[in-house]
Amino acid sequence: MVPISYYLVLAAVLFSIGVASFLIKRNIITIFMSIELMLNAVNLTFVAFAHMWHQITGQIFVFFVMVVAAAEAAVGLAIIIAIFRTRQTLNVDQVNLLKN
Amino acid sequence: MPADFLWLIPLLPFAGFLVNGTLGRRLPRPLVAAVALIPTAISAILWVWLWFTMKAAGAPESIQSVVTLFGNSWISISGFHADFAFTVDHLTLIMLGVVTCVGFLIHLYSVGYMAHEEGYWRFFAYLNLFMFFMLVLVLAANFLLLFVGWEGVGLASYLLIGFYFKKDSAANAGKKAFIVNRIGDFGFLLAMFLLIAHFGSLDFSTVFAAVSQHPEWQGGFLTAIALLLVVGATGKSAQIPLYVWLPDAMEGPTPVSALIHAATMVTAGIYMVARSHVIFDRSPYALGVVAIIGAATAIMAACIGMVQHDIKRVLAYSTVSQLGYMFLACGVGAYTAGIFHLLTHAFFKALLFLAAGSVIHALSGEQDMRKMGGLRKRIPVTFWTMTMGVVAIAGIPPLAGFFSKDEILFRAFVSPNPIGKLLWLVGLVTAGMTSFYMFRLWFKTFFGEERFEEHHDAHGHSGVHESPLIMTFPLMVLALLSIIGGWVGVPEAMGGHDEIGAFLEPVLSSSVTVTEVVSHGTELGLAAVSVLVALTGFFVAYVLYYKKPGTAATYAQRFPTLYRIVENKFYVDEIYQAVIVTPLLMFTRLILGGLVDGGIVNGSGYAAGASARGLGSIVRRVQSGNIRSYAGWLALGAAAVIAVMLFGYTH
Repeated sequence: MVPISYYLVLAAVLFSIGVASFLIKRNIITIFMSIELMLNAVNLTFVAFAHMWHQITGQIFVFFVMVVAAAEAAVGLAIIIAIFRTRQTLNVDQVNLLKN
Repeated sequence: MPADFLWLIPLLPFAGFLVNGTLGRRLPRPLVAAVALIPTAISAILWVWLWFTMKAAGAPESIQSVVTLFGNSWISISGFHADFAFTVDHLTLIMLGVVTCVGFLIHLYSVGYMAHEEGYWRFFAYLNLFMFFMLVLVLAANFLLLFVGWEGVGLASYLLIGFYFKKDSAANAGKKAFIVNRIGDFGFLLAMFLLIAHFGSLDFSTVFAAVSQHPEWQGGFLTAIALLLVVGATGKSAQIPLYVWLPDAMEGPTPVSALIHAATMVTAGIYMVARSHVIFDRSPYALGVVAIIGAATAIMAACIGMVQHDIKRVLAYSTVSQLGYMFLACGVGAYTAGIFHLLTHAFFKALLFLAAGSVIHALSGEQDMRKMGGLRKRIPVTFWTMTMGVVAIAGIPPLAGFFSKDEILFRAFVSPNPIGKLLWLVGLVTAGMTSFYMFRLWFKTFFGEERFEEHHDAHGHSGVHESPLIMTFPLMVLALLSIIGGWVGVPEAMGGHDEIGAFLEPVLSSSVTVTEVVSHGTELGLAAVSVLVALTGFFVAYVLYYKKPGTAATYAQRFPTLYRIVENKFYVDEIYQAVIVTPLLMFTRLILGGLVDGGIVNGSGYAAGASARGLGSIVRRVQSGNIRSYAGWLALGAAAVIAVMLFGYTH
């Protein structure tokens, strides 16, 4: 039996990597991926706790998160393609038309 | 009942003011004049009615009338109560008569005098406003309502002095009058505070009854109250040290000078002193101050009046001087004589001002007597009426001024005041000077060679012309009053009955009794001396300005320094400027303006603004517009919350 703390530490590490790369990276696809990473880190904790307490709620919630993430990925990727087509770049620092 | 209609007397002119003040600009001139004159005339008629009611046998000594608005009194708080209360007694009757009748005549005169002026409606609106406040002043039954009228006439005076507001000198004169009067009003206010503190009331009846019931009250706080009232009176009645505004007030139109700055408003101070004589009687010290102020003002103003060249300024200084006489009368306890002189002075000084206005009108605005002369034949009605005024003020019997002035001099002579004889002498010398400067004005204006230029002005008059009947009629009425006005006070020594003294006896009976019993012979002798002095004044003026014109200038050149000092009005304005105005301005600019306003008031505002701006310049860096920095803050915040939950937060 793997102790719960292992899952949690792994989730925390994944989440931190997600946050760090979200803050550091400039490529919009990488940022997108780091958001996914954070979502999945949270999913991992849900599943871990659901298993620990023998309750189904957490697992069901994970499915919801996955569905929303899939929808978000569809919309997000569409936006990214639209941005690339107009701006010829994926660098978020250069996508600043609304600034100033 | 007369009491039910008392409030109408002041309110009618106020209605005229409202109509002319709001609609007058659009009304034709005759209608504006009618709106102004009719309420004043009705007030005057109401006064006649009141007069006969009060004169009737068995009439009460005074009529009271309290005006309530929807059943509410004016001020009613714990421990203090004041009403819109009007009262009429014999003193008020005389004042009311002067204000309404002389006021009406001057309104009438103004219709002609102002006919070609701009702002016709404005002028009559202000004039009616003045009538309203003046009537409130004389009708008031308590000090507070009197003060309302007092301030109100000051306002009207300010507006009318500055009537030609496009002229700098007129605007400044208005401001000067207003500010100098404020100084006096400050004293009046303090006096009222003291009255409230000691009597808990400002009603004349309450206060005077309280004083009468306590014969042991002598001096002390009554002296303080009296002296503060005197400060108020010196401001309004143009006495030393606050007289400086009155000569400048001549910037206003001439009818205004006649009505406000000669006949009515400036006598408010004398009225107030006479009204509160119960208080003054208990304070020989305050009375002495009043007498000395009066005598000093009388002689000083007469000195200045002797060398002025502007016809209106001569009359202005003459007014200051005559007001000094009235003060002197009050100061020796002869309130009746003071009010008597107030009455006759209202007649002849209004006459003199209006006649001077007629002269100025004839010469199309010329006021310098050096550019007049020989007008006797050209404007005969003005000449003859003005002659009556000049003879009356000079104190030559049997015209009005003689009786009232002589009464004052006589009462000063026999007064218990230790310097009564000196006051009499000062008054006598002033009488001589008065006679001199008035005949000087008379000779310079009407006799000798013609020194004016013939103007052919825009409105069709050719050169020097007599004024229209609407202007000369008031002159004739006032001339008649100047002749017979004094006969109501012929003393017993001359075979009269001193009716005015008997009439005012119930109100003004003074406890300052004449200690010296003087025979009728002495009284007649004193009268003879003052007539002699008046004739001397006439003779000197005759020699200097008629017989040998030019000698006056020779005498002036013989004493150049003295002449210059007097001609420049003893440099009083300059001294006030240097001693009071300049230091005050310095204090205001440097301490109040620079330190308090610039440093503290503005500084605190600037400091508040600068600190907000400084804080903002730091905090605004958070709002960088950079998504990742927001995300970073979000992550930091989340981390901080977790940290607190893990390590800091315990149950």
